[in-house]
Parts: sequence; structure tokens; C-alpha cells
Amino acid sequence: MKEFDIKKAYHLFYLIRRSEEKIIELYDTDKIKSPVHLSIGQEAIAVGVSLALDDNDIVFSNYRGHAHYLAREGNLNQMWAELYGKIDGSSRGKAGSMHLSDWSVNFMTTSAIVTSAIPEAVGYAFAQKYKNDKGIVICYHGDGAVDEGVYWESLNFASLHNLPILFVCENNKYAIYTHQSKRMLNDSISERANAFGVKASKVDGLTTKDFYNAAYKSLDEIKNGNGPMLIECLTTRWRDHVGPGEDRHIKFRSDDELDNAIKNDDLLRLESMLSEKEVKKINDEVDNKINEAIKYSEKSSFPDTSEITEEVYG
Amino acid sequence: MDNLKEINYGQAIYEGCYQEMENNDSVFVYGLGVDDQKGHYGTSKDLHKIFGEKRNFDMPLSEDAMTGVGIGAALAGLRPIYVHQRMDFLLLCMNQLVNMAAKLRYMSSGEHSVPFVVRAAIGRSWGQGAQHSQAFHSYFMHVPGIKVVAPTTPHDAKGCLIASIRDNNPVVFVEHRMLYSNTGYVPNNLYEVEFGKGRVLIEGTDITLVGASYTVTDCIRAAEALKKIGISAEVIDPVSLSPIDYDLIRKSANKTKKVLVVDNGWLTCGFSSEIIADLGINCSNLKLDRMGYLESPCPTTRVLEDGFYPDPEGVAIKANIMCNGEKNWKPEKISREEINSFKGPF
Repeated sequence: MKEFDIKKAYHLFYLIRRSEEKIIELYDTDKIKSPVHLSIGQEAIAVGVSLALDDNDIVFSNYRGHAHYLAREGNLNQMWAELYGKIDGSSRGKAGSMHLSDWSVNFMTTSAIVTSAIPEAVGYAFAQKYKNDKGIVICYHGDGAVDEGVYWESLNFASLHNLPILFVCENNKYAIYTHQSKRMLNDSISERANAFGVKASKVDGLTTKDFYNAAYKSLDEIKNGNGPMLIECLTTRWRDHVGPGEDRHIKFRSDDELDNAIKNDDLLRLESMLSEKEVKKINDEVDNKINEAIKYSEKSSFPDTSEITEEVYG
Repeated sequence: MDNLKEINYGQAIYEGCYQEMENNDSVFVYGLGVDDQKGHYGTSKDLHKIFGEKRNFDMPLSEDAMTGVGIGAALAGLRPIYVHQRMDFLLLCMNQLVNMAAKLRYMSSGEHSVPFVVRAAIGRSWGQGAQHSQAFHSYFMHVPGIKVVAPTTPHDAKGCLIASIRDNNPVVFVEHRMLYSNTGYVPNNLYEVEFGKGRVLIEGTDITLVGASYTVTDCIRAAEALKKIGISAEVIDPVSLSPIDYDLIRKSANKTKKVLVVDNGWLTCGFSSEIIADLGINCSNLKLDRMGYLESPCPTTRVLEDGFYPDPEGVAIKANIMCNGEKNWKPEKISREEINSFKGPF
């Protein structure tokens, strides 16, 4: 097992956190004229999983996908330009926050319809096996996704064909503001997945390293031909479901629930494992990169309206 | 004639599929029952014995997810063909086809492409009732990012299937149960029938009849009946419904000045609406009319079912009225062997 790289983990974690905070800072300027679903609070999963991946592994994300994109080291300038709706964005402004993709780092499609990219991830894994290619497919989804019928259809096909795919369930317990207990009787997603023949475990350590270890172990199993796996990662969304704001005023969860999560911020834990000098170096580098990306996006042009009907067909 | 042979529509689909699978390892077929004894009217029969089980396989009854699986495999560079025995079941695939397949290229600004063929048979005839007989080609014509073809001849069935497999977009390939026994000459080699090109099947000067899928055969039979009373009807098979060959239809309309569109589907917001809207905007002084399913679900009992669908006699009668206002003429009963001989039980 390759060793957990604390510096790299901190770097990616800080990159995600600062990017999201920058979005919050800038959101009121209305330069990002589109919904954003922030990953703050859930970064440890994306960072832990991404550190366990090989370059040829393939990631399918969802509309809360900034963390997955950044942890996979997708192009930062292009992501920001995409948020700004500019021509230098990863999809020339046609995707925005909810449909980020970056083929150069095997970061595939993201869907704003909950669960809809999950069968695509399974289909991609089917193709990997068909072509005898090595890369494993990673499919990030939330606890809301498992409410959809297509989720279980997808798991069934993945196990039936013993496909190389790792489902990463980011269980933040809420679909917008609706708690899991209001949506399902058996709230153990991993238990239900096991019944479908997808070997699943629950990771409730909450630290980046815990998620790294769980992902690494699962990926190893998958590499050995032991079929699809799932890790159910318990986490907490700090911000509102959509937009830059907080959601305490909505009172759908207790303040304690959120405060405990914030108190256990793994970014601080990782920071404490590094020297002040190391932290400063990483912070400066990341801050600089983000500022550059914002400048890049500001400078970039909006697409010409002639592009509206381009790339409908190939 | 050495390079041609006479085969039926189902055999032509099989041949196109078989030859392209032989030509390209990334082509595979899946769907309910594709590898059973019947092999979907023979169109996929025993392909797994020739190419291996991974290239022609049955699936769980999960139309929704299995559409996504095809799209995902297409994203990875494969060329899946997903077969549906009844088009009605495409409604279970709608989210994947409309929200995903049609949009992934666009949302990624050309980075992704989805070379995915969805074959679907319209199940008409012999008491299929409200949920086993429907035609949804117009639903898909409405969606940018999806192509729709509905070949009626064996030649076009083979050529359109090959073109669909090679196309880098999702294609809904519309088949019709009453067309499988249609015979015609088909080239032995691999060839493509171009998207967006229609055909004039019968040339005429008095009126243009435009069908879609099976109703093209109604138009041909109506034209034959009309010929007997001295009316020269031009019959157009659009073949490709999205994109559609408007130029061909306009050209014919400008010649005959009368167009009757006979859809294999309901009228409202349908194929016929599109053709008539286009002609209304782009041509002048035309007499336009249309026919299609009655505005009800399809009834099961034969006597109602017969009245629900357009038929060649009805097409001929309407065309004659459009040509000379003669309301009392009726053609002799036109036999439709494919319908009369069909006895199910499937």
C-alpha cells in the first residue's frame, strides 16, 4: 500500500476549501450566474479517494462536484472560467458548475439529475472490462441517489457482470433538507448494497486518511477481479444545499450536528501534522493559483452567440 | 445483380448488424431476449454464438439503467446497439435518452460523444392494445442531440443501421413489426444510407403523399389505387426523421401543389405537424392535409383497431378529395397480407 501523503492531502484539501470560499466571496457580484453546490465539509472524501487512484482510473461525479474535480487535479483555470461562463471554460460555458468535465484527467460527466450518471459510470466500467483496460471507474454519489430505482438497477448490473467500479457514497444524511430517516426504513446504504452483491462497507472515521485507506483497500480488491465495491462515507455538508449561504436558519438539523462537524474539521488536523513553513508554502501556492485562475476567467471572453447551436451533434 | 440479393426487412437488419460487428470489435448488441431462440425477429439471432456472449447479451428488466449503461459504454468508445421489442418501453428510458444521451456532447462542448443506437420496434397489429403498439418517433424528433431514422425498405434498413452504428450521436432506429416481412433487393456489401436524405418511391404529378415508417406502405398502396382513376401520386419516404429532408418534400410540394402527410402516430405536435408547418412557411399556394392515429389510445379489439389506424383506402379517398373534390369514390378493398396473416401470439 502506498503511504498516505499528508502534504498532498493538505494541498488538495486546502485547494478545495479555498476555491469554495472564493466562490462564496464572489457570488454576490453575480459573475457566476448559475447555481453552485458547494463541497465544504465533505472535502475529506474526495481527497482521500483521489489520493488512492491511479492516473488511468475514471471519475464520474455529480452536481456537487467541485471537490471531486479539484482533488482529481482538473484544470483550475478552466474550472473557474467555466464558472464564469467564459470561452476558456472547460466546456466553453455550456456546462457551468453542475456539469463539469475534464477529459484530460479522466474526469467524466456530471449530471444535475440525481443518480442519472450512475448507470453511465457502470456502462463505462462495462467498457473497461470489454476492452480489457486497466482503469477502475469511481462513481461519487450522495445518499439521495439511493432513493432512485435506477440506482439499484445499476448496482444489480454491476455485480451481475462483476464490473470494475467503486461506488463512493457521500452520506451527508440530507437530500436538500430531508433526513434519510424520512426517506428510507433501512438507512444502512452499505447493508442494502451488500444485498445486491456489491461488497460494501461503512467508513465513519471522518478523516481523509480513513477515506484513503478504505478506497485503497477497495480498489485493490477490484483490481484483483473481486467486482464492484461500495464505501459509504459519513460526512456533513456545512453549507446550504445550493448557493453560497449557510442553512442554520432553516432549522432542519440541530446546531450541534453542524458544530461538531466543524469542530472536527480534518483540514485543521492535516495542518497540525505539517510544519508552519510547509503550511505557508502550500497556502501561498494555492492562494496564488486561485487568484491567477480568477484573473484568467475575468480576462477571458464570453462565447459568441453563434456557438449556441454548436456541438449539438458530432 | 451479382452483388444484390432479395431478403426481407428483418434479414436486412440482421445482415447490417452482423457485417458491422465483423467489421468493428467495438460494436455490441444487448436487450431483452436478443440471444434467445427467436433473436428479435431473427435480427440478432445467434450473434453471441458467432461473436461471443459479451457482444450479444440479454439483460435484467432495467430499461432505465441499461440505457445509461449503453451511454456509458459509448462514452468509453464502444458502439452499443440496444434493442427494444416494443417502442412503448422507451418511456422507461426517457430520462437517460433526453437528459443524458442527447446532452452529453453539448454540455462538454464536444469533449464527449455518444455513439449509441437504440432500436425500437413499433408493435402494431393483432390486438397489441394501448401499451404494446405505440409509435414515439415524434417525441425524439423534438429533442436536439438525438437523430431518428425510420427505414421502410430492406435496403434502407440495412444501410440506415450501418450508418447509425457509425454515427457519433445517439440514434433512435425505428422499426415496425409489419415491415419485417417486406422484401427487397439489398447489396451484399457494407454501405450507409445517409442521414437527412429522403426518397421519392413513386414519381407523380398530381399530389404528394408523405408517410413515416409503416404508413409509407399505406401511401404506396393508395398511390396504386389512385393510378387506376388517373391520379398520379408522388410517394415520399423520408427515411430519416431527424434530420429530415425538407428540400425533397418542398420540391415535390411545389410540383404537385397538394400534400397529404400520413403519420404512423398521433397528429398533435407530431411528424405531420412538422412537415405541414415547414411547407406552410416555405412554400405557397399549397393544399395541405394530414392523417394519423385517431386521438385515443390504441384499442385492442380488431374492429376498433382497424378504425384507429390510417389505411390505404382512407389515404386514397382523402387524396382523391384533395385532387378533385370527389367525395363519393371508394377504391376496391386493398389487401394487406402482412396484417391479415399475422396471428401472434407475441
